[in-house]
Amino acid sequence: MHPYTDSGSKDTRSGFGAGLLELGQSNPNVVALCADLTGSLKMDAFAAEFPDRFFQTGIAEAHMIGMAAGLTIGGKIPFTGTFANFSTGRVYDQIRQSVAYSGKNVKICASHAGLTLGEDGATHQILEDIGLMKMLPGMTVISPCDYNQTKAATIAIAEHDGPVYLRFGRPKVPNFTPSNAPFVIGKADILTQGNDVTICANGHLVWEALEAANALEAEGIHAEVINFATIKPLDLESLLASVGKTGRVVTAEEHQRHGGLGDSIAQALGMHLPSPIEMVAVNDSFGESGTPAQLLTKYGLDAANIVAAVKRVMNR
Amino acid sequence: MTPSIHDLPAQVRRDILRMVHAVQSGHPGGSMGCTEFFVALYFDILRHQASPFNMDGTGEDLFFLSNGHISPVFYSVLARSGYFSIDELHTFRKLNSRLQGHPTTHEGLPGVRIASGSLGQGLSVAVGAAQAKKLVGDDRLVFTLHGDGELQEGQIWEAALYAGAKKVDNLISTIDANGQQIDGSTDDVMPMGDIGSKFVAFGWEVMHIQEGNNLEAVRSGLRQAIALSGKGKPVCVVMHTSMGFGVDFMAGTHKWHGIAPSDEQLASALAQLPETLGDYPA
Repeated sequence: MHPYTDSGSKDTRSGFGAGLLELGQSNPNVVALCADLTGSLKMDAFAAEFPDRFFQTGIAEAHMIGMAAGLTIGGKIPFTGTFANFSTGRVYDQIRQSVAYSGKNVKICASHAGLTLGEDGATHQILEDIGLMKMLPGMTVISPCDYNQTKAATIAIAEHDGPVYLRFGRPKVPNFTPSNAPFVIGKADILTQGNDVTICANGHLVWEALEAANALEAEGIHAEVINFATIKPLDLESLLASVGKTGRVVTAEEHQRHGGLGDSIAQALGMHLPSPIEMVAVNDSFGESGTPAQLLTKYGLDAANIVAAVKRVMNR
Repeated sequence: MTPSIHDLPAQVRRDILRMVHAVQSGHPGGSMGCTEFFVALYFDILRHQASPFNMDGTGEDLFFLSNGHISPVFYSVLARSGYFSIDELHTFRKLNSRLQGHPTTHEGLPGVRIASGSLGQGLSVAVGAAQAKKLVGDDRLVFTLHGDGELQEGQIWEAALYAGAKKVDNLISTIDANGQQIDGSTDDVMPMGDIGSKFVAFGWEVMHIQEGNNLEAVRSGLRQAIALSGKGKPVCVVMHTSMGFGVDFMAGTHKWHGIAPSDEQLASALAQLPETLGDYPA
């Protein structure tokens, strides 16, 4: 059985808010922008404590991204906050030209990613954002798994020189990683050791993967669960070491199959270590209204679906 | 010997035409219409340091070109004010050049602080830079240039709303009101109405430069704009220019927006523009 326990479920967006507040206190260069979602992004504490360094742009995401690019003048490190859909698809050209191509040190922080924002439905449930962002040259893409890791990742990206997309979510999910673990960009974390199958997961599905590993363990299947919080750059070394041992892979993510973590892992394995792979992801579909748990089940993203994918890949 | 500012417009126009002609691509019309603006800005108005170029520009006035397609005039004036060698102008739009078709920071060209080309983004960037200057107590100003057609992009108005509402008064944005865009006159494509009144409605101080191709009018107009800054409102300068100004057969039409002159047309155009400061080597 995996050794992780939920120290009390929390939303990953609150991890972002806590990390941003800590950055505000520790790094005077950190500034923040928000497009009328301060409460939803948990940026209110930063805004209250550092009003001069907080820029409320109103409902104007394109302007917010451009303004963040300009705010880098003089060594400032701007963090933008809005929902994942409005952080990527709505402002893709602004990110592409004013941030990525211009090489500006902007941190694009996106909440309510994936299906699990729940009842708001498909207009707000972006499942393409990781693909959009990872295609941009020079963009670092991170999807941490719980409150503690999101807080640590928020703090870590301030030290990284270059544009970053940081993705997190709305629902309360198990908080199980250590509260004092530093986040290393580009380093995957091996959560359980196993020789039979490698499960590569990120975001909210890391906990589902751990639950799946428990169920598999009961059936005598030893899964190696790896948290790929950084999608780009991908930790090729950890991936090849694990798959070299297990010979088969399941990927799990709250994203479209096209363009997500599974897509990056399949590409890497195809080039370096061709291996049977199954992907737990949304398959060319929009989401819909529902509770987070209902949606993970309906769209095939919960622990039971990860178990089923492992069994498929074991039979190949 | 420092060249007279009055020698520059003709020479800059020669640079523009020769750059665009050499690669048979680029945007001469808007570049020639904004020549006096760029000369006034870089040789009179801006408090800036060309070399070594500092991306942050702390203690300097900053300029952001939002309508990046008029890169020829930008490159010519940057080179002739010392940001990089005039000899480099001949690489415009060629493979491995720092002088990309549209300006970019990506190749490290001194003087460029943001990529532009996809329209409507530069005002937001400038607002951010202006706010950054206020944050660190830097009292220098931020200047921008936009096409009048570019104002059809919605992001411009997001930024204009912000700048007016949040009193970004260290910002001076000039609109190149030449009344032309790619598909024809703005009146035919998308009538812009009263541009100045639109900015007034968004909380800006608005002034006009009626003779945007008269160097002295542009210099005094921009000085007037500086005098209007720092009073709680961003400043919008509606600058009336003629696209293609300086060459008789190119002036006043949208047709030279993105067309290069032929050999004969180049010769005819250069004959109208004296080589005051020396052409860059081809």
